[in-house]
Formats: sequence, structure tokens, C-alpha cells
Amino acid sequence: MVKVRIWGSLTAATDGRSEVEVDATNLRELLDSLAQAYPGLQPQLKRGVTVAIDGLLYNDDWFTPISDDSEVVLLSRLQGG
Amino acid sequence: MALDKNAPETRSFKVVGSRPLRPDGIDKVTGRARFGADMSAPGMLIGHILRSPHAHARIRAIDTSKAEALAGVKAVVTRADFAAAPEGMEDVLDNCMAGEKALYDGHAVAAIAATSAAIARQAAKLIEVDYEVLPHVTDVDAAMAPGAPALHDGRSDETVPDGYSANVMSRVEYGHGDIEAGLAKADRVLERSYKTAATHQGYIEPHACLATMGPDGQADLWCCTQGHYMVRNTCAALLGMDQGQLRVTASEIGGGFGGKTTVFIEPVALALARKAGRPVKIVMDRTEVLRATGPTASSSIDVRIGMTKDGRITAADAELRYQGGAYPGSPVGMGSMSAFAPYDLENVRTIGYDVVTNRPKQAAYRAPGAPMAAFAVESAIDELAKGFGLDPLDVRLKNAAREGTRSSYGPTFPAIGLEATLRAAKDHPHWSAPLGPNQGRGVACGFWFNFGGDTCVTLNVTPDGTVTVTEGNPDIGGSRASMSMMAAEELGIPYEKVRTVIADTGALGQNEVTDGSRVTFAVGLATIEAARAAKREMCARVAKIWGIDEEAVIWEDGAAKPAGPNAGDYPPMTLAEIAAIASNTGGPIAGHHEVNAEGAGVSFATHIADTEVDPDTGATRIVRYTVIQDAGKAVHPAYVEGQFQGGAVQGIGWALNEEYIYGADGILQNPGFLDYRIPVASDLPMIDTVILEIPNPGHPYGVRGVGETSIVPPLAAVANSVSAATGVRMTDLPMSPPKVLAAVQGQQEG
Repeated sequence: MVKVRIWGSLTAATDGRSEVEVDATNLRELLDSLAQAYPGLQPQLKRGVTVAIDGLLYNDDWFTPISDDSEVVLLSRLQGG
Repeated sequence: MALDKNAPETRSFKVVGSRPLRPDGIDKVTGRARFGADMSAPGMLIGHILRSPHAHARIRAIDTSKAEALAGVKAVVTRADFAAAPEGMEDVLDNCMAGEKALYDGHAVAAIAATSAAIARQAAKLIEVDYEVLPHVTDVDAAMAPGAPALHDGRSDETVPDGYSANVMSRVEYGHGDIEAGLAKADRVLERSYKTAATHQGYIEPHACLATMGPDGQADLWCCTQGHYMVRNTCAALLGMDQGQLRVTASEIGGGFGGKTTVFIEPVALALARKAGRPVKIVMDRTEVLRATGPTASSSIDVRIGMTKDGRITAADAELRYQGGAYPGSPVGMGSMSAFAPYDLENVRTIGYDVVTNRPKQAAYRAPGAPMAAFAVESAIDELAKGFGLDPLDVRLKNAAREGTRSSYGPTFPAIGLEATLRAAKDHPHWSAPLGPNQGRGVACGFWFNFGGDTCVTLNVTPDGTVTVTEGNPDIGGSRASMSMMAAEELGIPYEKVRTVIADTGALGQNEVTDGSRVTFAVGLATIEAARAAKREMCARVAKIWGIDEEAVIWEDGAAKPAGPNAGDYPPMTLAEIAAIASNTGGPIAGHHEVNAEGAGVSFATHIADTEVDPDTGATRIVRYTVIQDAGKAVHPAYVEGQFQGGAVQGIGWALNEEYIYGADGILQNPGFLDYRIPVASDLPMIDTVILEIPNPGHPYGVRGVGETSIVPPLAAVANSVSAATGVRMTDLPMSPPKVLAAVQGQQEG
């Protein structure tokens, strides 16, 4: 199980919890598991998120590996200028 | 992509880190470089866009018949000429060509293609638009108030609690700990409100494009953009075309800074070309650029920070309200994440609101959302530090985020360079230099994320042993030089033997936009890997020639050599020697690499600003300015210094003069560079720079993005400096002379 930190305004979709646990070994599984376990997150996941894995930022690369002891944080989708 | 593959190598560089002449320099100073407006085609028509004179109006009808009847007019388009936008692109289309409503002064409502610009402008006057003028709102706090004129119905997302104005599109919240408990431990809690104006990216080159489309539906587009693959994909979607039928070529670009990461005129030119059956060129003038392309968001921010008398921050809290123009998508999320990112805080929270107003849709601007947040936070920290009689650099060092710090936005930082920039600032002669009368010194820190993304590079070895690198990102900040340098470094050949070209969309796979400080990091990574692929191929060819195993051949100093004594005794074969006989050994030699280069490293900077304020006029002069930033590895230090200086100068403009000024009628009052004042060279001293090199673990050479972080600290650095010079805390940007004079006089009277 991977622990995922959720940003504050999304905790309404996770029963108020700022950290949830889901089964995932990569980014794709993580996003799918979150959407399945917490349907209230689906609108935001559809709009897009960035995921910090062990301090580095990922947007789209489905097969980025995630281990059980990875630090995983959900973030607003990032954009550059 | 597994990052452990890319751990920075311990090596001494031969080409990387040097300062060769820029490959585009002569073209740009002689006028040979071809920018967007320099393109033309046989039979070309001139396009012109009719824009709304109202800040907010329902479009009841548009009658184009008189315009179409004018001699020389070949096509007129309105929203009806576009396909229904795919999901998620509705706002992009609506911003390019209004649908049911005009949402801001300057919003496009129709466009004409004619045989001359004069005829096109004359035809625009003949288009009859039946407007129902609606109430408007342009200020972020006014737009959030109950009863404010609503731009859209039902667009607020599920994160917005009940009771907010319909103009609040979304809400974000970040942080950890207990704010109130943290504030209770403070010796002082400072509460302040700050405002920043919308500012434009201010690129020298206005938007320009040339579109052609044949009766078979195949189309070509030349344009100035930060991302021609994005232009292709977006235009194809808005016009109902297959992406493969549209080839987009990026011109040279006269600046973008984030403002050219979307489309404005390109879909319109294509729609006109499709309807007219002839090439159509559209070139914006400066007024159009300011009225109808993206400035950044304006902001209104409340901050509470608690600090002990020895300078430790006990809690930090901010509410950020950003208006991003007429559509959702202000960068308030990134402002909320970056606001307190430089600091190691036990109790921290940011709440952000994305708000729509009757202004042009904001576009990204260098570290979108971060400079405004840093202005508020760094001003408050400065005020607290000075209130306790503490050195503002010492306070920042005491609270600085380091490796292992849980950041304010959630993730734990890996190796980062903030502390190094602060120590370098403290050691810099600038920090201890004497000040003159009416002068003050300010300091501020800044943070930015940096990105990677989809990237393709092909590296071709030509028969005479020169090398061409083909990449798909418009060169804004010197990337052609940087790519050539990294290819030369990897291949072991002189920089002068490599030329980098920017390919059109037909030549490579998908490439992300030139944004997010991504190009030197991501395209550099792909260039290095493409060069390594070419080296492997050349070693394999030489192994065949020598009749030994491929593994027995290594690449060193620009040549294939036996790996050791057991491999045999063969004289090295240089790249040029291998290239000359490529036809005999298997055909042309190339390397390529395709990657979604995620995992970019974050970046920090510290800036020191000295200002002098004229007490009689309120005018502020920048006396001295120093930028200290972590670049990971500076590939071409002169370009890195240029990025540092450019970001600082744009931030200085944001701090002192630049602002979108709207009248009570919702009309932009200053759509020109005479009234919208950007700093020019004569306004500024030479910006001093200090490059720190703390390698990014996600890149083979340790490169980090450098293009954006440098605009984050200047707003606060200059404000802290002006406050020191005048004794008045400035909380509302820009600090234009009348505003500073009023504040100084107010203090004297008070």
C-alpha cells in the first residue's frame, strides 16, 4: 500500500483525511486506485494533477515506479511560463 | 523514466561551461533572422480581427454582409466558422473568437481576410454586431463579492464552498500543522494585505502568423510561438482537422515569457485561409497584444505570520485571490504552493481562490503565480525581521528549507540550494556596501518548480563529420547553443562542428512547449542520449571494420578506440573518419531519443536590491541589483546570466511601473508602451549575477531550469528596498511615483 498525501481542499472527497492509502506500483495504478476508492476525487483527477514522488514532480508518465515506502503527494497541475 | 539512470556524472567538462558565440546572434543583429511577421506567400491576404469595444456584452447577432460585399474582401469568419471545441478546449476557442458573449474589452468577435490591410480595416467597420451591454467587473475582490456581475453560470467547481460569488471558479488549500497554535507561540503576529497589478509579458515581437490551406485540407502555418506542436494540436482540434494534415513551423521568436504558450490568432488565420482558399497573414499591433493576449493575473493577498523575537517563524498563513481574466485557470494553485516554499515551517497554510473577471484571459508568465505570492510573504518576513532588529538574511537562514524539509506544499525536498544562495548573498560585497542618502537595501528569496515533459531529438552525423541536432522547441533563451554544446561535449568534438536546428511539426514526434524552464533540462537530456546512441552506432561500425566485438570498442575524445590491450592494437578512428565511410559500413549514422522527461529539480534564488527614492517626486531608481541562483550546472554561463538578469528586470518593472489600468467602463486605459511603462536599459544598472551549481540529480550533467525563478524575488526585494529607503512599507504594486510620493507625504503628515 502506498500512502498518498492529499491537498487540503480535496479532503472533502476523502472523508476529511489528508493522507490515504491505495494499492499502486506506478503512477497509472495510483491515479486509477484513487479514482476508484474516492469517486469525489474524479473531477480533479480529470482536470489534471501533478504527483510528487520522493520530492520530484511527475505529470503523465504512467509507468513511473512507486514503491510502498515512496513519499507520494498529490498537487495541483503545474504549468510553466 | 527511472531517475537513477540520470545521476549527474562526476566529470570535468570541456565544452559545457564555456561561453561560445551565440549561433543566432549575427542573424538577429543584421535583420536576417525571420520572425513571425517576416513570412509571406504568393497570393497572400491580410487578416484583421474585429474586437469588442465592451467589457461584457451579449452578442445578439452579427451581420457581415456589407463587409463581405466590399471589393477586395475574400473571407469573413465568426464563431460559426469553427468546429465545436473538444472537451477541455472550449475556453481556448471562445477566447480566440467569442461565442455568445464578449467577455472583455478587445475580445475577438469576427475576422476579415482582404487583399490589403486598409481594405480589411475598412471591412471591419462594416460588420454590424448587435451587443446587449452587460454589467462588468475587473477587480478580483469586487468579483468575489456577493452580487458581483457574473461572467459564467455554473462554472464553479466542486471545491468552492456555498456562499461564494459565481465568479469564484475553484479553491485550493495547502499546508500542515496547526496555524492558531503556532501563532500563539509567536512574540509578534504580523497581519498584512498586499495587492499586485496584472502585468504583461511584454515581449518585443507581437503575435504573427501566416496560414495556408489547400482544397485537399492540407495546411501549413508559420508563427511565432513557444510551442508549435501545441499550436498544431490546438488548431487542428478547433478547426476539426487531423493533426497530421497541419504542419506548423516556428519562426524566430522575439520573446514569449509564457505569453506564447497558447493560441490567439493562429486558428483565426487558418479559418480565414480555409474559407478564402488563399494564404492569410495576421500580425497583431501592440494595442491588440495588450488588450487581447494574456497578461498575468492580478492578486489580492492576506498574510499572517508569527515570529519569535529571535527570528523563528512559528506559523505562516495566507489567503491568495487571483483573477485570471474571463476564464478559469489563474495560477493561484502554483502561487499557493510556492508562497512559503523557501521555509521550513511547522505550521503553514495557504488558501487560494481562482476568480474570473472581465479582462483578457491570463496567460502564463515566467513562474506563473509565484512572484505575487513571494511579494506578500517576503515583504511580511522583512517587516517582522526589521521590527525585531534582526538581519533579514539571518532570519531567512534560520528558517530556510533544506534537504529533508517537508515543504509547505507537501513533498519533502531532496538536495536544494536555498541555503547556499543565502550564504552567498551574505558573503557578497553588495550586502555590506555603504548606502547613500535616500537609498535603501532589500532582500528576498524565490522558489520555482521547473518541469520536463515530452521531448524528441534526432542527431545526424553528416558525411563530412559535422553534426546536426534537430529538436522541436523554439529557441527563446539560447537553447540552440546549449544543445550544440551538450552534443559536442558528449561526442568529444568542437562546438563549431555542431549546428542545432528547430524542426517543424512534421519532422519529429510530440514536443512540449518551451516553458517551465524545461528545455535545457529535458531537451538537453534527450540530446545527450541521442549523442550516446550515435556513439554506440559508430563504435559498432568500427568494431565491424576492425573485426572485433562491439563491446571491445569505446568512445573517447571524439574517436572510437580499442577498449584495452586485449581488444587489439588499432589507431583511433575519429568521428569524421567514420562519417566519411558511413555508406560502406551500413548507411547514414544518426542517434535519436524520445522521452517524457519528468522529475525536474526545483530551484531557489536570493536577490539583493538597492534603490534610491526621490523624496520630491516619489520616483525610484535601481542603484544596484544582485541575483544569486542555483543553476544546477550552467551549460552556457552567459545565457544563464542573461536569464537571471532578464527575470530580475521584468520583476523590477512589475514592482515599480507596470500595470493594466481599467477605467470605470471596463476599458483598458493604457494599451501601448507609452502608457504601459516597462523598464529599458537606460533605467537600470548592470544586474550582477552569481551562479551557484548544485547538481540536479535527475539530469546527466546536473542541469536545472533557470528561466523562471529569477522573476520570483524582485517584487519583494525592490519593495523591501523602497520601504527601507522611505521608511514607509509599500504593500500595493506597482510602486509608481505618485503612489510612493503619496505614501511618503502621508507618513510626514501622520
